[in-house]
Amino acid sequence: MPTVKVPPVLRQHTSGATEVEVDGTTVGEVLSGLVGEYPETGEQLFAEDGGLNRFVNVYLNDEDVRVLDGLETGVSGSDTVMILPAMAGGR
Amino acid sequence: MPAHATKTASVQEITPQEAFGEIQDSDVVLIDSREPHEYAEAHLEGGILVPPATIADQITEKAPDRSARTIVYCRVGARSMVAAQQLAEMGYEDVASVGGGIIEWQEQGLPVVAAAALTPEQRDRYSRHTLLPEVGVEGQAKLLDAKVLLLGAGGLGAPTALYLAAAGIGRIGLVDDDVVDSSNLQRQVIHNTERVGESKTGSARKTIEALNPDVEVVEYNFRLDAGNILETIAEYDIIVDGADNFPTRYLLNDASVRLNKPVVSASILSFDGQISTFVPFEGPCYRCLYPTPPPPELAPSCSANGVLGVMAGVMGLLQANEVIKLVLGIGEPLVGRLLLYEALGTRFTELKVRRDPECPICGPDAAELPESELGQFPDYQAFCGA
Repeated sequence: MPTVKVPPVLRQHTSGATEVEVDGTTVGEVLSGLVGEYPETGEQLFAEDGGLNRFVNVYLNDEDVRVLDGLETGVSGSDTVMILPAMAGGR
Repeated sequence: MPAHATKTASVQEITPQEAFGEIQDSDVVLIDSREPHEYAEAHLEGGILVPPATIADQITEKAPDRSARTIVYCRVGARSMVAAQQLAEMGYEDVASVGGGIIEWQEQGLPVVAAAALTPEQRDRYSRHTLLPEVGVEGQAKLLDAKVLLLGAGGLGAPTALYLAAAGIGRIGLVDDDVVDSSNLQRQVIHNTERVGESKTGSARKTIEALNPDVEVVEYNFRLDAGNILETIAEYDIIVDGADNFPTRYLLNDASVRLNKPVVSASILSFDGQISTFVPFEGPCYRCLYPTPPPPELAPSCSANGVLGVMAGVMGLLQANEVIKLVLGIGEPLVGRLLLYEALGTRFTELKVRRDPECPICGPDAAELPESELGQFPDYQAFCGA
């Protein structure tokens, strides 16, 4: 199953899990699977129209899904889907 | 005629004046048959360094044309004669050695490319740098000439500033309006217990000046805003972003793209760190990576959060490494790449970052954006109060 990497800011909604294995054949299905398991991640990942929130970067392995097929991008079992938030901490 | 005489027949010894004349008048391949540290001190203009021990391996790459007129020199003319004969044996057809070498050349008053002057103290202090062929005396002179501005003299800024100061960065600007607090000392290693209550820029200055008197420290005891950022960063070659809030990060990005200044940007949170190097128009900018800031609940900078002190050191030193590479023009900076570090798993992950063709800051319409809109997000600052 594909692995979703959960950033620190979302771990409060995944019972602290840093990686979650979720079934799915597209990035969208995998992320929906994550939300199915941890509903509170949903409002931070998805906008009201069902698309990704603009402040959320999602990577399939090392590539931004925005330059692939977005949520329609195909995913295989060995892939990693990474949710990447901007971080500002420097102090 | 003995066989070896035939082989060496095409090697002449010429005087420095003859060599100089040939170099002025025609296309000549000029080979420096000495060691890197000798080359760094002074060499002939156009001289290609091929140390004697490396001739067999490197000459065909560095001087591939065996029919070209090839002049070899060394310090006094001995090593160059050996090297010239070696070249002739390898099939180089028209080889000469400069009698008396670069010493005689300089005696005759002919020009050399001399290393930028380092004082005896500097030669000693930076000897571990100048021994590196990638740095050398010339590279160290570039570091001593460089002007680097650090946003934040805190977690990231502390280790970055310490190592940049040790490396001999000539001018280090520090932007911070905060004072040293005892809760800073778990990671902000440029400060110390006695300095609690002092300004961070002043405390950092004391540490830097004690470490390296070559460094000029400039303190900016204020927060950057739209009214002061352009004039503040204009005087610097490279900006290091260790800011603790999104408005400053976006403001810096927009202003640095406008003034075409590279930014080395890192951030840390708990056990995680991110770093990338944004070189305007060569790679993506911060807004290409993060088009809009996250809302407060996803922006932990809006409140106090835990961070492993070591994370500041790891990411701050990666920033210092990027700065030094940019100054020296060596290696591969993190342009178009975002490097993630997870301390708990001790894992580095690299992601690709691409330029956004519609980026409002570095895209085709960038020049039309008025200065008053740099760093602006209409709805943002109101609810993140930074």
